[in-house]
Amino acid sequence: MRYAILCYNDENAVSAWTKEEDDACMARLEKVQDTMRVQNKLGPVARLLPTTSATTLRKGSGEPLIIDGPFAETKEQFLGFYIVDCDSLEEAIQFAKDLAVANPGLGSYEIRPVGYYNTNEVDG
Amino acid sequence: MTDNAWIAAALQSARPRALSALLRYFRNLDLAEEAFQEACLRAVRTWPLKGPPRDPTAWLIFVGRNSGVDSLRKRSRNVPLPPEEQLSDTEDTETSLAERLDGAHYRDDILRLLFTCCHPDLPANAQIALALRIVAGVPLKQLARAFLVSEAAMEQRLTRAKRVIADGNVAFDPPDRQTRLERLGNVAVMLYLLFNEGYSRGHSDPGAAQMCDEAIRLCRLLLRLFPSEPEIMGLCALMLLQHARNRARIDNSGQLVLLEDQDRELWDAGMIAEGRALVEKALRHREPGIYQVQAAISAQHARASSAAETDWWSIDRLYQTLETLQPSPVVTLNRAVAVGKTRGPAAALTLIEPLSDRLYTYFYFHGVRGGLLTQLGRIDEAREAFCRAMALAGTPAEAAHIRSHIDRLGKPTPPSPLLALK
Repeated sequence: MRYAILCYNDENAVSAWTKEEDDACMARLEKVQDTMRVQNKLGPVARLLPTTSATTLRKGSGEPLIIDGPFAETKEQFLGFYIVDCDSLEEAIQFAKDLAVANPGLGSYEIRPVGYYNTNEVDG
Repeated sequence: MTDNAWIAAALQSARPRALSALLRYFRNLDLAEEAFQEACLRAVRTWPLKGPPRDPTAWLIFVGRNSGVDSLRKRSRNVPLPPEEQLSDTEDTETSLAERLDGAHYRDDILRLLFTCCHPDLPANAQIALALRIVAGVPLKQLARAFLVSEAAMEQRLTRAKRVIADGNVAFDPPDRQTRLERLGNVAVMLYLLFNEGYSRGHSDPGAAQMCDEAIRLCRLLLRLFPSEPEIMGLCALMLLQHARNRARIDNSGQLVLLEDQDRELWDAGMIAEGRALVEKALRHREPGIYQVQAAISAQHARASSAAETDWWSIDRLYQTLETLQPSPVVTLNRAVAVGKTRGPAAALTLIEPLSDRLYTYFYFHGVRGGLLTQLGRIDEAREAFCRAMALAGTPAEAAHIRSHIDRLGKPTPPSPLLALK
């Protein structure tokens, strides 16, 4: 079963990290990913830019509404995701636990089974 | 991050919000600061044991407010306690406080705090120091080092600034739309001052990058509170796009590297992506402003994979827009650089000649002029312009850069025909 591990945290706190802290954290997370990568269980991984750079398209009856930023004011923001292919929910939870150890502090990981999946490749 | 570094990050990120709420309760900067300090101390003691609270900001406001009220009561032996209504409702719980924190007055709290620091009666230097001390929480020691003064002198400067603010009666009523826009404008100017203070210091000063980072962080915070203000998007983008080039603009020997000579591999791709996204978002509003246009110019440079691929026609057009928004000889001088690339050095020179009186003491004017004269083969005039620029150079890196231009011009033409015969 494929799972999406959705990362939520207070982006104010994440943006308070120094560059060194950020780099160190990314390096630790990279190591955790490696354990899944070597087992061929790791799919796409994405880290999103701050919500301030986001635009929301709100659907309605007429012309959709274009809004600056994310629509809802929340304490934690959606900051990024991993796609993993796990044998069990337990394994997906363990992966998220390992990520949490590598990136301690507040925030949460939502572990969500993937329904539709299409690995289109684009050049970034 | 190790061990409890996340607590430091949580406290740092909660600071502007918590401090601005405490300022609303106590209506006194010193008291609000003390209360926040006390709350942070308790957080460092209790969070590692009990785990983090659900909402760190609300926790800090709640604890800070209680400790502030406590210390006021203790002082009341000598000083009468302010009227109860000034302390606001002190009995509600952390939970109900957390609910209320989502309210719109949050925005006004932070805006008030930032606006307090850019009081028009304060000199730019004091505004920057105050914002770094109060909003960003930079320690006094570090601040004194950054501004090359003693700690005592820095403390005095801050005390004086706070007195100006206290005498100026910062308004605590929720601002109307017009006032809010004016405050936002002032805050934007202050943030850009803070950014430029860090930017102009270069790499030799370890605190410089921190000033730039703080300015960007505060601008993002502002943008989260006012997500649809195109000028705040523009300012955020402008700072990101400039800061993205930080590693490339000064070489290992401390020499300034011109934009066209920079190694674009060293540019920070994440900051550029964020900056460009913000510019695009801002332009959709069709309310151009000086920060948006400057950010759009920066974005034009950022999108070119090499200097040769720069779209100078677009940059020329953007500078023309900037000239109408903010007419200034410096903007025209910048446009001349773009004109030099598109319509040639003669056209550019024609554009800047009328500026020579007003920009006679401006380093870049003579640098640009020297460059254009060199291209036109007017070597003696070019040398004269470069020498003038060198005399005006503000940093050793600037002087060294101009010297390299002079060296490339070759030997001066001999002053008299007799000497030339030898």
